[in-house]
Amino acid sequence: MGVTFLCAFSILAITAYVVWELWINSALPRHQFGWSFLVTQTWDPVVGNFGALPFVYGTLVTSALALIIAVPLGVGSAIFLAELAPPMLSDGLAFLIELLAAVPSVIYGLLGIFILVPALRIVEPYLKSALGWTPLFSGPFYGVSLFSAGVVLSVMIVPFIISISREVIRAVPNDQREAALALGATRWETVWDAVLPFASKGIAGSIFLALARSLGETMAVTMVIGNDPKIKASLLAPGYSIAAVIANEFTEATGELYTQSLIELGLVLFALTIVINGMARLMIAASERGKV
Amino acid sequence: MPPPGVQPSAEQPAPKTGNAKISATDLNFHYGSFKALHGISMEIYANKVTAFIGPSGCGKSTFLRTLNRMNETVRGTRVDGRILLDGENIFELEVSGLRRRVGMVFQKSNPFPKSIFDNVAYGLRINGMAGSRSQLRDGVESSLRRAALWEEVKDKLNQSAYGLSGGQQQRLCIARALAVNPEVLLLDEPCSALDPIATAKIEDLIFQLKDSCTIVIVTHSMQQAARVADFTGFFLLGRMIEFDDTTVIFKNPAKKETEDYVTGRFG
Amino acid sequence: MTGRLLLWRRKSVNIVMLTITAICTVMAAGVLVYILGYLFIHGATSLTWNFFTKLPTPVGETGGGMANAIVGSAKLLMIAAVVGIPIGFLAGVYLSEFGDGPFAFFVRYVTDLLNGVPSIVMGIFAYTIIVLPQKHFSTLAGGLALGVMMIPIAVRSSEEFLRAVPKSLREGAVALGASRAKAIFTVVIPAAKNGIITGVMLNIARVSGETAPLLFTSFSNRYWSEGLNQPTASLPVMIYTYAVAPYEDWHQQAWSAGFVLLTLVLGVNIIARTILARNQHVAR
Repeated sequence: MGVTFLCAFSILAITAYVVWELWINSALPRHQFGWSFLVTQTWDPVVGNFGALPFVYGTLVTSALALIIAVPLGVGSAIFLAELAPPMLSDGLAFLIELLAAVPSVIYGLLGIFILVPALRIVEPYLKSALGWTPLFSGPFYGVSLFSAGVVLSVMIVPFIISISREVIRAVPNDQREAALALGATRWETVWDAVLPFASKGIAGSIFLALARSLGETMAVTMVIGNDPKIKASLLAPGYSIAAVIANEFTEATGELYTQSLIELGLVLFALTIVINGMARLMIAASERGKV
Repeated sequence: MPPPGVQPSAEQPAPKTGNAKISATDLNFHYGSFKALHGISMEIYANKVTAFIGPSGCGKSTFLRTLNRMNETVRGTRVDGRILLDGENIFELEVSGLRRRVGMVFQKSNPFPKSIFDNVAYGLRINGMAGSRSQLRDGVESSLRRAALWEEVKDKLNQSAYGLSGGQQQRLCIARALAVNPEVLLLDEPCSALDPIATAKIEDLIFQLKDSCTIVIVTHSMQQAARVADFTGFFLLGRMIEFDDTTVIFKNPAKKETEDYVTGRFG
Repeated sequence: MTGRLLLWRRKSVNIVMLTITAICTVMAAGVLVYILGYLFIHGATSLTWNFFTKLPTPVGETGGGMANAIVGSAKLLMIAAVVGIPIGFLAGVYLSEFGDGPFAFFVRYVTDLLNGVPSIVMGIFAYTIIVLPQKHFSTLAGGLALGVMMIPIAVRSSEEFLRAVPKSLREGAVALGASRAKAIFTVVIPAAKNGIITGVMLNIARVSGETAPLLFTSFSNRYWSEGLNQPTASLPVMIYTYAVAPYEDWHQQAWSAGFVLLTLVLGVNIIARTILARNQHVAR
């Protein structure tokens, strides 16, 4: 039995070791740039000036876009599956959607490059004519962009939002629905006024989990984001994310400072995902504890 | 096949004084392939309290829930027969409107995770019954007064409904149901989760409400039926065995099954 | 608003919103069907015998395959399983048996933390502890990165299935004189074995598609990789490399590889979930 204790303890040890390695192997840039690393816009390996801002920007923007697309789609589907669909249909579709969650990132990337990007090239003129007046959709479009990455990410995180939200909605006690219906509420009013408020914390938790996942997504993003470490207002411009730059430049990095700056980026990403995951767990735990 | 000794349901109870607010004719109800209600025919009289009694699983709650078509929310159910509310067939009425006119309070109190005020105001809001903020406040206050809860909560209307005791929450649910001015109030074992003091408060409430409302109550306590009801119907195995003045049912029942039940020989 | 008009509006809103939710579901499910369908059709038609048997050929020459990548992935997964499963499983046993104190709570919390680490960061970790000191890429490093990723999932799923075993089984064994350890290993674990095995299957399937952590640990290799100390090709990395390259032949191969990978991953998922679902019905 002591063996099992050791294994449990080793998890703590391993996690500590991971953090430790990330920390000491990013010592150079931390000492050289300090906190300004996080807000510097330049990423110039030639000169040796490294800043995280373009990547933080790209990571946040693509994840935000992914959420904007995936949350309404995901919560809407979860409502349909949990409240309206007959049980067999609901279980069948839920199974299918859970399979979507198992598809590896690189496959999404493959589909992104060969299906999504060409499709977006066709759609883009219409998008431009409708929304081109906003700075978000200005400028030339080459297919690979923050927008494309956001769309691919949204497809990847939708299954998480649907699965978790569906379970949370199903767990809302039936007496809440009955209370609303008995007062003359329509099906939709019952869902909106009685079911969703009850399920809101769990749904929010699922959104945070999806966010945490999208922040760390590497392959699919790398393949369609354009890999340009600049901050531009337009979503149609190519960009870069933390995970993507690490993936692309790690093996090419020359010199300690370059490599360690990439590792420091990894540390930043690690910190970001821990915070978001922590918040997600809190919300889901709060919702499981029952009433608001 | 009806069990031996049970009269076929086609026999109607003798008409009583008072107008029939609700009348059921030959109502059958199925959960999937299971027939839960067999040919129920009876009348509910306006501004009177009618109680349904009977052992567990006899169909009294099921029948109650057909009166506001709540059974339709369960998959695989089927109903045939007629139920009239003021002469109109409830299955042809628009269901949200029906449920506003025929309200329901459930066995276990189920307030929304909102404030006390918002719970009572909910029905008013969705039915568009309060034009202005002050009308809403008036509506909430009058419902809480009718439910004998106003004095206890008037200073904490914005607090969560879950902060109230079990008995208070149930009275809150009654206030919430009353807010939309229903003509009929259906109570499905409203006191089964409450202590005797809270139960007494709700029984007093029922007395006060029947002047403005028709009340139908399902109860597993015969004593409760004897205390509050003007008329009582005895259910057994999905059939209504007997329906009459409460005093007749308890003192001088016509059917042997009724007599066996009220004298405690089974159930 | 008058009664009739309001009621009409409420009913319209009802129908519109409910229809919208149905549309959302159709869109979500539709995307799945479309991408899987596209991949299966495109990938299956690109598949050749060469794919399974040949090594990659120099750029410009056709007829290459991914035999080394297939073997490489298999090796990586074996190392990962050896690293991740035992530790994860035994920690899961610990949590299911002694899981109620503050230490166990802390372990669970940290396990979740570890689970949330992005896979590329795990790759950095394996890089710093193996590749840097050894000064070369290796299969070992890649396997380690994948293995550490498997640990949190193994912990959670083992704990869950062990906890699901009814207390009465445990108590029955102990009442017959078995020690706690014996009861666990001879009664509880066998009772949970279906769940545990399917958990392992799903875990391996998930990790088999991971690319990012391999990019700078096992790197890649256009030839066979001997032993554990050389860089190795792997299916996911090949898909990535070939997909972003400008050669049409390589694109075809990327599709084939994607098809093979996806078939394996989804196949394992479907089998595992079906076993689990059937178990639910039997065990109760």
